[in-house]
Amino acid sequence: MAKISLPDNRGYFGEYGGRFVPETLMPVLDELTAAYAEAKADDSFWSELDHLSRDFSGRPTPLYFGEKLTGHCGGARIYLKREDLAHTGAHKINNALGQGLLARRIGKKRIIAETGAGQHGVATAAVCAMLGMDCIIYMGEEDVRRQALNVFRMKLMGAEVRPVSGGSRTLKDAVNEAIRDWVTNARDTYYLLGSVVGPHPYPMMVRDFQSVIGKEARQQILDKVGRLPDYIVACVGGGSNSIGIFYPFLDDKDVKLVGVEAAGRGIDTGEHAASIIAGRVGVLHGSKSYVLQNRAGQIMETHSISAGLDYPGVGPEHGYLKDTGRASYVGVTDSEALEGFQLLCRAEGITPALESSHAVIYAARLAATLDKEKIIIVNLSGRGDKDMSIVADALGVKL
Amino acid sequence: MSRLSDAFRHKALIGYVTVGYPSLEDTMKVVPLLAESGCDIVELGIPFSDPLADGVTIQKASFRALQNGVTPEVCLETARKLREKVGIPLVFMTYFNPVLSYGLDEFCSACNGAGIDGLIIPDLPPEEGEKLQQSTGHCNLDLIYLLAPTSTESRIRLVAERSRGFIYLVSVTGVTGARAALPEDLTAFVARVRRIAKQPLCIGFGISTPEQSKEVARIADGIIVGSRIIQLMEEDKTLASVGDFVRGLRKALDEIPT
Ligand SMILES: Cc1ncc(COP(=O)(O)O)c(C=O)c1O
Repeated sequence: MAKISLPDNRGYFGEYGGRFVPETLMPVLDELTAAYAEAKADDSFWSELDHLSRDFSGRPTPLYFGEKLTGHCGGARIYLKREDLAHTGAHKINNALGQGLLARRIGKKRIIAETGAGQHGVATAAVCAMLGMDCIIYMGEEDVRRQALNVFRMKLMGAEVRPVSGGSRTLKDAVNEAIRDWVTNARDTYYLLGSVVGPHPYPMMVRDFQSVIGKEARQQILDKVGRLPDYIVACVGGGSNSIGIFYPFLDDKDVKLVGVEAAGRGIDTGEHAASIIAGRVGVLHGSKSYVLQNRAGQIMETHSISAGLDYPGVGPEHGYLKDTGRASYVGVTDSEALEGFQLLCRAEGITPALESSHAVIYAARLAATLDKEKIIIVNLSGRGDKDMSIVADALGVKL
Repeated sequence: MSRLSDAFRHKALIGYVTVGYPSLEDTMKVVPLLAESGCDIVELGIPFSDPLADGVTIQKASFRALQNGVTPEVCLETARKLREKVGIPLVFMTYFNPVLSYGLDEFCSACNGAGIDGLIIPDLPPEEGEKLQQSTGHCNLDLIYLLAPTSTESRIRLVAERSRGFIYLVSVTGVTGARAALPEDLTAFVARVRRIAKQPLCIGFGISTPEQSKEVARIADGIIVGSRIIQLMEEDKTLASVGDFVRGLRKALDEIPT
């Protein structure tokens, strides 16, 4: 079977992707694309990344059979890909490390990044500390408030956190502000984008760095049970942990891929962040994909209990996977995600991130409808330490 | 023949305002004032929720305009009414998503109907602009592309091939906003473009005083002033200082020997 080789050289996955950025950045993106192609063909780049992934990030992460969770659901066997055990607590480190090494290779010492939940900010801050680079993190004021612990962690690792007060004061506005910084300091600054969004080559590059998740998971499930899974379930914010686990399975046509979007207070309330399910094609932050927007083409404010999913866009490759039917996308509400969170805590002694909890509850319900021979892999994209006060609040508990 | 070319019979002065900021009535008043005071072209900004090429002044203006209920439809209607009052060319400046959402052909023919002469879309580089270029071509609209100090020679060629009306040179690597000083390498940048492009070259981003205008217009065919006009509209609700400011710019440009 032909290995899928997208994007094309203009950065398109079918009709999605491209480069919709100010002229100032176009030459920078050309350079970055060339530098990445060179790095990609250089074995020493990958061997250093492998080495640091092992010794710094703690890879490979385990594939864990959730026996109690499986028993609780009474159906398909559920395996958890334990990205929550990666250094800094989420899959975000895979991409931060890859791009950090690329930035060093290009010779840029000033790193900027956006963050929502703070996980990408923490991962970037850690990599910058380790590689000795300056690190500036843009974060919406609202997220600074609800993810205070991660803000403190970033500062401890030497990053400067710049709260963003524009617009909805969440991830989308942090990206705007990071892009403005980048346009201003294009010559000496590397933008370490945190998901499979943005202009080409970011969606491709971030996918490549995150696909270590799927490569490991594929080998691990073959080693454990001798066959591929029936389903892979992952939450979708910008779409990096999901693409990361989906990508190495794209040619395995019998493996169903399910992306779980944040349905917030319910799709019909309008207060959600389900770009693929409820959005339409548009351009946001440099690429064409599904976007939550109003009739006039203004980007909408979103809502999710999880800051990491609270984003009105989604990576272009997901648009392509949706349109071709290779992946399907579903929504899970705030309250369902909370249920997933508690379920995994009780059943397995694992505290998932609220983002990942969306995937957990969907997988648990799916498992219950399937017979016992079926296998589901859930990408447990991160751990929930950062979410304790939000969960306590939501459950009416005073800490 | 582009209507915009009229503007370049002398050093062109291009003013920018965000439609609906601070109010639609102000837009209806300020555009004729800009024309009377010496602007050759006015850029009407269609506000967008995520103006990532704009600095704080225009960000705030866009945000307020959106709160005032301004949509692309409202901007088209405003342009139509302004067309009855002013004769100078009007161009829309906006981001790509509102245009895409409207429909490229639909938007361009509505622009044509409203008397708009051109479009400036800072997040649409020529590589992504082919479809829109077809639509503008059918509707007598100039699609104006931008160049930046970082643009390479091959990119300058591409823009020189595609841009209609004029080429918008971004003076600095940065976002819009009034600045105290302009970069030193501006002359070299303009010269690099001049060697390749035949279109008039207009410089924008950061220009806020008559002195700067004069300095910049010596090497360019026109200058673009936005954030400073918006600031003055904020400071002086009578708009009198906007008129004074623009007359000052016009005078400075007219002092440049031809
Ligand atoms: C733990 C975790 N999961 C998922 C996400 C969502 O991002 P993506 O869809 O790019 O994986 C985030 C983002 O902050 C996160 O921290």
